[in-house]
Amino acid sequence: MSWAGKVLRVNLTKGTVTSEPLKMDWARAYLGSRGMASKYLTEEIDAKVDPLSPENKIIWATGPLTGTMASTGGRYTVVTKGPLTGAIACSNSGGYWGAELKFAGWDMVIFEGKSAKPVYLSIEDDKAELRDAAHLWGKSVWQTEEIIKKQHQDPLTRVSSIGKAGENGVLYAAVVNDLHRAAGRSGVGAVMGSKNLKAIAVRGTKGVGNIANPKEFMRVTFEKKKILADNAVTGQGLPTYGTQVLMNVINEMGASPTRNHRDVQFEGAKDISAEAMATPRKTDGKKPLVTNQACFGCTIACGRIQKIDQGHFSVENKPQYWGASGGLEYEAAWALGNANGVNDLDALQYANMLCNEQGMDPISFGATIGAVMELFEMGVLTKEQLGTDAPFGSARALVHFAEITANGEGFGKEIGMGSARLTKKYGYPDLSMSVKGQEFPAYDSRAIQGMGLAYATSNRGACHLRGYTVASEVLGIPVKTDPLVAEGKPELVKAFQDATAVFDSAGICVFTSFAWGLADVQPQLAAACGDEFTLEKLNEIGERVWNMERDFNNRAGFTAKDDTLPKRLLTEPAKTGPAKGLVNKLPEMLPKYYEARGWHADGTLKAETRARLGL
Amino acid sequence: MACSFENYGVYAPSKSRIKVFDFHHTGRKVPYTCTQCDEAWCLHACPVEAITIDQMTGAKIVNETTCVGCKVCTIACPFGTVNYVQETGKVQKCDLCGGEPACAEACPTGAITYVDANWTGLDKMSAWAEKLGNQNAAAA
Repeated sequence: MSWAGKVLRVNLTKGTVTSEPLKMDWARAYLGSRGMASKYLTEEIDAKVDPLSPENKIIWATGPLTGTMASTGGRYTVVTKGPLTGAIACSNSGGYWGAELKFAGWDMVIFEGKSAKPVYLSIEDDKAELRDAAHLWGKSVWQTEEIIKKQHQDPLTRVSSIGKAGENGVLYAAVVNDLHRAAGRSGVGAVMGSKNLKAIAVRGTKGVGNIANPKEFMRVTFEKKKILADNAVTGQGLPTYGTQVLMNVINEMGASPTRNHRDVQFEGAKDISAEAMATPRKTDGKKPLVTNQACFGCTIACGRIQKIDQGHFSVENKPQYWGASGGLEYEAAWALGNANGVNDLDALQYANMLCNEQGMDPISFGATIGAVMELFEMGVLTKEQLGTDAPFGSARALVHFAEITANGEGFGKEIGMGSARLTKKYGYPDLSMSVKGQEFPAYDSRAIQGMGLAYATSNRGACHLRGYTVASEVLGIPVKTDPLVAEGKPELVKAFQDATAVFDSAGICVFTSFAWGLADVQPQLAAACGDEFTLEKLNEIGERVWNMERDFNNRAGFTAKDDTLPKRLLTEPAKTGPAKGLVNKLPEMLPKYYEARGWHADGTLKAETRARLGL
Repeated sequence: MACSFENYGVYAPSKSRIKVFDFHHTGRKVPYTCTQCDEAWCLHACPVEAITIDQMTGAKIVNETTCVGCKVCTIACPFGTVNYVQETGKVQKCDLCGGEPACAEACPTGAITYVDANWTGLDKMSAWAEKLGNQNAAAA
């Protein structure tokens, strides 16, 4: 059946660790990972709880395909109520940790309460216990992994942990595993830190053995890997260039938000693109990109491994940053670069390494710096406050801010609140480029209309991974739609949102969806979990997961008013590029979207929608 | 995973006879497994003759019923590719799956191949022969 069938429940207040059976009726209705953990969370906590209080819970979850032969089957999800948004937070990560948890015989780990002192959870197959983490508190993600592996005398132990950002309550702190794979968004790391939980170390030797139809599973997963290998995006573009393949493409179509979304094209994009990463540097003649890298079981291998220029000002006399390390993905390169007008590739790489090292979401961090730089240029924030001059384009300011935010020093504490709280504090809330308090990723919705609706309605705040209509509007997957028109987008956004929920809940990477449709995932799930998982049922699961998340947010206090975009995107037209003169047409799309969803005009679920989906 | 599935019916890298090592300071991942030495020290070291040669494939295979778990072979092997398994009390090593290696069958990119050791260079030779031969033809 492919689920381990067991849930580990950890009460941090009492210090207890108990095993309980997985609720199989929920597994059938919500699949696993994102869907399943969200079901547990929304059933177990009051939607109105303070995200950073002991009453909030936080769940690490795998899916039925995690730890199997299905390509990219190494994903896990961290689900909690998010401190950045106050909405449901659900962040997904690759690497090796998720598969290891499954190999140890667990589908999920649920944490409740709050520990009186720093602890970490150690799992070795059936044996799980809380251990003292006094010696780990104050340490980075990288140090934490190293110390635990040494202490356990086992280099193959996998660690999911927070760095100083999570400890210091940075509201967009990430949970990081395998040094540079992150459950990055919505501040799941801050919730972990608020519970005095430093890390989860896992070693699993049992493996996944209960596949429903093993022979068919081997056959169909092999067949589907061929599709990934033969596809231009998953077989060539992503392994060669990574997600950074998009930097020049998106910039040329005038959809690259620049300098806090003042502009839609960045003149420095070429300097920080995938092509730049593959070109020898003028200073030392070496290519920044060392190699690509795959997560567990992945046959795409989009990950970037990068080496910084040892002579760059940011790493002078800091040899700990000179080795090969997690490199720039598109969203990080954009947020640290375009959003601030910074085109210094090595400065971006350094800031990115700090985000990995101390566990911080580079998207929200970078986009918050965009707001800080705009406020600096307006004279609202001063050099004295910030500790540096901070005009758009300043690589030195970016590096300074990354250091003080990760370490929780000085003005870094304010940057750590995110752009919504920061701009509000200084009287300019409209300058926060965010939805529900979470900052935008790297696509300007004036030039890619569907993304405006996807951002406005995303259940975890502005996000590209909840309904990536860029695939259709830019890349033509599965069909090409015109990025400049609003027509047809409500239905497109809904279809992407529902399908993505299935990919996430299955335990595989959403990047497979560049080559796979649900019809490719279905036979893999059916062979692993049983024939009841038909295409029809998967479509229903996707829609159910989406509506469940939405319903939780409504109960948490969100209404239709929160499904909106910053004024800048609705009233200030794009200045250049193919979308010149356009704003986002959200008011035109939103009512149609609610209708397609089966929601009332106030954004709540209609009774018949609830009944149809069994909510 | 194909290896552990073939031998134990589970997806479990920890049970696999192929190990992949991650050198994160250089960004490289390197797989390693038994080289099936001709002069197999594991075989000679075994005091109960539990390791024998599969006449079909040339693989050095562990007879689990004979193996007493003394671990001498794990010390004799210069590459460390024979490993003790606590759960079974025996050692395990690559046995080439009786001539149909599951790893090669599962590899979607053809990075793992199973070829006759006497002819490992044949494809390369053929490619060079074709290149050189056709150069001469083009010149003539």
